[in-house]
Amino acid sequence: MTPRFLPYALLLPATLFLLVFFLYPFVQIAVLAFSGPDGFTLQHVQTMTSHWKFGTALTNTIVLALIVVPIQLVMALSMATIVTKLRTGRSAILYIFTIPLGLSDLAAGIIWLAIFEQSGFLNSLLYGLGIIERPILFLGYQNIWVIFIAVVLAEVWRATAIVMVILVSGMGLIPKEYYEAAEVFGASPWKRFVKITLPMLRPSLQSALILRTLAAFEVFAVVIALGGTTLPVLMGETFQWQFALQDRNVASAYALVILAISVVSTLFFLRVLRVPKEARI
Amino acid sequence: MAEILIKNVAKSFGSFKALHSIDLEIADQEFMVLLGASGCGKTTLLRIVAGLETPTQGEVWIGGRRVDHLPPRERGIAMVFQNYAVFPHLTVFENIAFGLRMKKLPQADIDRRVTRTAELMHIEQLLKRYSGQLSGGQRQRVAVARALAMEPDVILMDEPLSNLDALLRLEMRAELKGVLAASKTTTIYVTHDQVEAMSLADRISVMNQGRIVQAATPVEVYRNPAARFVGSFIGNPPMNFIPAMKAGEGKWTVAGITIDGPRAGRDRLDFAIRPEDVDVAPGGLKATARVVEPLGAHTLVTTDIEGAMFRAVLDSDIRVSPGDELSLVPKPDRVRWFDPETTAAV
Ligand SMILES: Nc1ncnc2c1ncn2[C@@H]1O[C@H](COP(=O)(O)OP(=O)(O)OP(=O)(O)O)[C@@H](O)[C@H]1O
Ligand SMILES: [Mg+2]
Repeated sequence: MTPRFLPYALLLPATLFLLVFFLYPFVQIAVLAFSGPDGFTLQHVQTMTSHWKFGTALTNTIVLALIVVPIQLVMALSMATIVTKLRTGRSAILYIFTIPLGLSDLAAGIIWLAIFEQSGFLNSLLYGLGIIERPILFLGYQNIWVIFIAVVLAEVWRATAIVMVILVSGMGLIPKEYYEAAEVFGASPWKRFVKITLPMLRPSLQSALILRTLAAFEVFAVVIALGGTTLPVLMGETFQWQFALQDRNVASAYALVILAISVVSTLFFLRVLRVPKEARI
Repeated sequence: MAEILIKNVAKSFGSFKALHSIDLEIADQEFMVLLGASGCGKTTLLRIVAGLETPTQGEVWIGGRRVDHLPPRERGIAMVFQNYAVFPHLTVFENIAFGLRMKKLPQADIDRRVTRTAELMHIEQLLKRYSGQLSGGQRQRVAVARALAMEPDVILMDEPLSNLDALLRLEMRAELKGVLAASKTTTIYVTHDQVEAMSLADRISVMNQGRIVQAATPVEVYRNPAARFVGSFIGNPPMNFIPAMKAGEGKWTVAGITIDGPRAGRDRLDFAIRPEDVDVAPGGLKATARVVEPLGAHTLVTTDIEGAMFRAVLDSDIRVSPGDELSLVPKPDRVRWFDPETTAAV
């Protein structure tokens, strides 16, 4: 075998594995979403889109991602910048920051539920301080925005560290000499961040953003834990149709919607944060 | 006015002393070359002047201002890094323009200055390329252009020509000298190439193991080395040394002959002479030729004097073959003496 083909041959098992366990279910879901008793049909898609929760779920999912991911990005960038500057105690701090990563999203949701519940920490605290006279129902359907905020908080708390870890390792790859050159040629710390760190961090930013955005589109357990079905999201609806309403076809249609927005956002990040071949380190 | 004053600067990395108490004055518009072997602390000293390294002790003054507590960008300097540090994510044009953009110059000025310095460094056809598409020598020229474009008071260069081929280096050397003289900048230029040092410098600071051994004009450094190290480091081939014994007031015995020397209160000194400062004539040092290398204008003869190596650069007319006995007479005004213990010139 010529060396040129060797890498492809080595990748073959993994590719086959992916084809079997990803492409096959994918095709199956696509078939389910678009087939009825008489072959091809758009009926399931219509059922999905005409249901009153579809628009809300789609909007909620996207708005959640649009709020959570930028917050996480900014926080992770600042934290990573500080962590990279540390001389000692860097790994200790990294460990502490990454603790929430060890929790499942359901557990994270439950922790934040314990805070926001009617008998939760927040109410006890406010009551104890005499600010309120009786516990408030934060997570009721009357104020969906509180649920929304709670979900944002829980997501930020739970998953910012993964972005930070990716960015810290990315920053570690930027040679120190570029910062020194920028410093000598008049760049302030902020300018160095904008002119050196950000552009040279593009590959890591790309991975982190794709990873986080896809996860944000699949937000589910945290929302269920904090709001039940009061705050519909795409993944929650998929679950509802599959198990509560026992309609696998509409559930498949939902799954395809999530897939579609994921693909679009991935393509977006691949394009926007592309590093031209000749400009790589 | 940008004279540089380095006062009692020392630098330790942990327990390792990279620089021992450096004192150096560089006049406004002077071209100062730091010359020394690899690892002697040239880059460290340059980085301290640039502000990229904090000295363990001492002061740095630029243009009458104490700068050792200022960040690099407030020191009015530009620098060429030993490993270029040309930004990979920017084109050559943007690399050269980097400092100018930081100064918020108008675009027209930036265009003009970038084009001019790029022409000066012969890289005008590379302006659209990225660093990854350049050779080492081209990258080095981009780094020099980036510094020149700043038109700084002080320019610090760390081996800026080390990666060019011999011919291009010769050409760039001459141009750099002209450019820097015209731009009226004060320059500190690091190199371990003594020919480069000689040809560029107003003054050379010879460094050895974290100390400045001598800071003087090229001719002075060559003719009157302040220490044995300077004599053996500078000059190719280097100075010859022969142990001398006192033979009377101002008289010294060197390899069997008596030579006039200093009236030092010591019994032993090292006699030193440059290879080109001996003539073949009767009554000189008795040398046995070992290797004869005709070099065109001269012939380099490596000889043996009382078991020690002694090199002589002789006129190429001379007929000499290995094994021949020669009598080499040192030119009296070119003889130098060193203290064998302190290695300082006497
Ligand atoms: N950051 C550092 N930590 C520890 N030791 C260092 C550091 N930087 C330099 N040194 C040491 O200090 C000494 C001087 O280094 P420096 O880079 O100044 O040498 P140089 O004269 O520029 O050599 P070269 O000609 O090889 O570039 C060397 O022995 C080097 O190992
Ligand atoms: Mg160096």
